[in-house]
Amino acid sequence: MIVAKYRKRELVSNYTILTILALTCILPIMLLFFNSIKPQEEFGINPFGFPITIRLANFVDAWIMGEYAQIFLNSSKLVIGTLILNLTVSGLAGFSLAKLYPRGSNAFLVYLLVGVSIPAQMFILPLFLMWKEFGLMNTHLGLIIIYAGLNAPFATFLIRSYMIQLPDELFDAAKIDGANTLQLFYRIALPISWPVFLTTGLVVGLAVWNEFLFALTFVHDDSKKPIATILFAFQSRFENNWGLVNASAVMMMAPIVILFMFFQRRFIAGLTSGASKG
Amino acid sequence: MSIFFSKNSIAWYFILPVLAVHFMVVALPSLLSLALCLTDWNGFGKINYVGFENFYELFDDRYFKKAVWHNIIWTCLFLTVPIALALTCAYLLTGITKGQMLFRLCFFFPYMLASIISCQIWKYIFHPLYGLPAWLNSKGIDLIPAVSPFTMKETSLYAVAFVDGWHFWGFLVVIYITGMYQVDNSLYEAADIEGATKFQKFRFVTLPLIRPIFIFSIMIIIIWSIPTFDYVWILTQGGPAYSSEVLATNLYSQAFDRFNVGYSSAIGTLMFIYTIFIVSIFGVLRKLGWEI
Repeated sequence: MIVAKYRKRELVSNYTILTILALTCILPIMLLFFNSIKPQEEFGINPFGFPITIRLANFVDAWIMGEYAQIFLNSSKLVIGTLILNLTVSGLAGFSLAKLYPRGSNAFLVYLLVGVSIPAQMFILPLFLMWKEFGLMNTHLGLIIIYAGLNAPFATFLIRSYMIQLPDELFDAAKIDGANTLQLFYRIALPISWPVFLTTGLVVGLAVWNEFLFALTFVHDDSKKPIATILFAFQSRFENNWGLVNASAVMMMAPIVILFMFFQRRFIAGLTSGASKG
Repeated sequence: MSIFFSKNSIAWYFILPVLAVHFMVVALPSLLSLALCLTDWNGFGKINYVGFENFYELFDDRYFKKAVWHNIIWTCLFLTVPIALALTCAYLLTGITKGQMLFRLCFFFPYMLASIISCQIWKYIFHPLYGLPAWLNSKGIDLIPAVSPFTMKETSLYAVAFVDGWHFWGFLVVIYITGMYQVDNSLYEAADIEGATKFQKFRFVTLPLIRPIFIFSIMIIIIWSIPTFDYVWILTQGGPAYSSEVLATNLYSQAFDRFNVGYSSAIGTLMFIYTIFIVSIFGVLRKLGWEI
């Protein structure tokens, strides 16, 4: 779309405004990088610039002092576990809603819509008490079930809206060849729907990696905490050791930056998918 | 037997797992919350039914009222500043071709950061010793006193909202620009022939045509402003002196510091009723034929 033929002067002002706004988004993140490789002594004289001496050992120190080998394993376990559980159950449901036309499925869609609008604070305390009863407190399994449930409506909707476009003839042909319903799902629907599973997986994975409230509430052992809540504890423990704190934050951000470089469009499409459907 | 293997039953078996997980995590505890808000339970001992006692108490609670007021301020802030900024930005972006994608990525990236990281970045920038104000002071520019705005009663709420807004507004840019690209180009050409200015084109062509997305963004801002928690908890924990307390942090400390199960369930229930109320308003408007 060309809104208008812009004159040169206008173009310059457009670019200037946009650049200033883009810098307010990016410069603070750059600062995080700079500070993660800055030695502690330098913060007093050079709080905002590129480090005069580069100290990569910040990362090593943070990794050892924060026992990050364990913490990153925890976070990865949560992400992978959630993805397996969430994509399995949402994939099955999305397929059924899109292609098996169950009677009364509209009621289920309304249920999911109400489900997404319930604020987490409404149910976090009873959930906490339930999880205590079930012995799921302080366990990764407990958090995985929570994350899978919280992200289920989003994943189900996204997968359903993709599978709805698949031609019915494909499934009819397989049925004639004697495939049962489960086979229709994993032999036909699953292999051709991988793009939507990738998008859903990226968005859900990102949400789990960054999640704070439930991780704060449901895991109290330092050795079991994911990176988000460990960083929260780290901030007060190493209050003014900015090099270490920033290096930790960069390590938490690194996987996201790398994935974002490869899958920008998928991330953006997935995270904004609610809006385009209205 | 055949009813268990009918086409319809099999279709429902596929839905059952997701229903089970979601019901256990969201629906069942929400229902429990609805029941517990009528009791004075403190997590141990007997559960006594007290009717609407918790709600009467809430409406007398100074800190609760403060939190409600802060949530209102929060909602108003987010309904104005990020929306205005994002609309301008998206409109400017549609006018350029070179580097447009790069700009979009820059605006969007903060939205993907974890709350803990955005908070840490801005905590450093506003740090009383190392931060921007202190640095400006050392250069002889005494515009802002070198204290962290997160630790001052007058500014804490706004400072926290600023950080959350910084993280959030790029999301709006992307959804608005998606909407703007769906606008038919011939409408702009027609407006050009009529001699419309850029602002007129924005006001009378762009804005009406992205209305569905615009209304959607207003709805999610109102809904998302209610349970806002991460940024407040990480940056100020509601302090100093309750100056940045919002409903979610109020509920959280009632629930997990004091174990007032009934009381915090009452707050949660009110949040839920409000959210459903907002969603149904938009639902009714849609039914009435407002294209949203």
